[in-house]
Amino acid sequence: MAASGDLTSVEYIQHHLKNNSIGDGFWTLNLDTIIFGWLTFALVAFAAFRMRKSLTAGTPSGIQSFLELIVEFVGGQVKSIFTEANKLVAPLAMTIFVWVFLMNAMDLIPVDLIPKILSWFGVDYVKPVPTTDLGTTFALAISVFAIIIYYNIKFKGPIGYIKMFLFHPFGKWLMPVNIIMTTIEELAKPVSLGLRLFGNMFAGELLFLLIATLIVIQALIPLQIVLGLGWAIFHILVITLQAFIFMLLSTVYLSLASQTLDDH
Amino acid sequence: MSINATLFVQMITFALFVWFTMKFVWTPLTKVMDERNQRITDGLSAAEKGQRAEEDAKTQAQLEISKAKEQAIEILSKTEKRKTEIIEEAKNDAKAEAERIIVAAKAEIEQEVNRAREQLRTQVASIAMAGAAKVLGKEIDEKAHADLLGQLVKEI
Repeated sequence: MAASGDLTSVEYIQHHLKNNSIGDGFWTLNLDTIIFGWLTFALVAFAAFRMRKSLTAGTPSGIQSFLELIVEFVGGQVKSIFTEANKLVAPLAMTIFVWVFLMNAMDLIPVDLIPKILSWFGVDYVKPVPTTDLGTTFALAISVFAIIIYYNIKFKGPIGYIKMFLFHPFGKWLMPVNIIMTTIEELAKPVSLGLRLFGNMFAGELLFLLIATLIVIQALIPLQIVLGLGWAIFHILVITLQAFIFMLLSTVYLSLASQTLDDH
Repeated sequence: MSINATLFVQMITFALFVWFTMKFVWTPLTKVMDERNQRITDGLSAAEKGQRAEEDAKTQAQLEISKAKEQAIEILSKTEKRKTEIIEEAKNDAKAEAERIIVAAKAEIEQEVNRAREQLRTQVASIAMAGAAKVLGKEIDEKAHADLLGQLVKEI
């Protein structure tokens, strides 16, 4: 595998953590992140279009019953948190759950498989898990944050939103503290969302890579297989949990944003 | 490992994805699921209605059966009565017929007796005449003594 040859373990890991990108500085595009993001999107789109042909109110089958399962699950979660009727939040939560899950699930593909196959076509660097890229996790977090601000203004009114910064959480006598506290509180939402997902997925990927480096010592190959399998099985839990947490927290933040000040 | 313009591309992808999910996954699926829920509710209520109708029909049938039973019993008792009536009638008829036959026979016998007696009388008269003729030694003029003879016949 890739660790063999002239690469040291450190070089191997560094090689695997490098995105395939074009452009310079901030205007760099991580092509692998974008393409694998689109591929997972395409997977869902394909499933949805397959489903549309046989969409029935009778007994659902195949893709429909699977998607209905997700709809039911996400719908139940959203309904229990977000009490007001809202068209956007539930599909948003489902998109987050499905997309994050699928992008996370790229982690379960053996770490060397995709880079190796692509290396035959002359692609040097590839990082196939989009959620190990801060660009993806913060794209989601900032999008959610934008909707949080929009909902705050929509439901509390612009003045209500400013009031939230001024009089919350300590009342009007501690106004400067309030402003700092609320600002931190609000900014912590997207930062924690983005960093949590990134941290978990990056650490998971790194662990896979570390396990893969065991192959340099021949005697450790069985250990590598056992560890790799164990971590992969455990990782199924992690990727699902991270997708679920991201979805749930987004819904909670949006629910908080849509409450008027009296509800606090 | 720093944030770069990938962020914007992923944000656009995310927005598209949300739009796609809303339009092609969430809306049609929830619609279909609501429809199914409605169907199930309808089906359940229909089943309940059917059950109630069945119960109604059962009690109705029970009622009909008991009514029919009553009627049957009534008919049976009527028939029983009619039977005894008919038997009684037949007995009476038979008795009357028998009496009639007896009466007729008696009358006939009487008639026969009378006829025999008449015959006997006439014969006795002629015998008496013959006897008398023999006693007198000469023919009795029948015509002359017809009145006498007739009187005699009547006396016998």
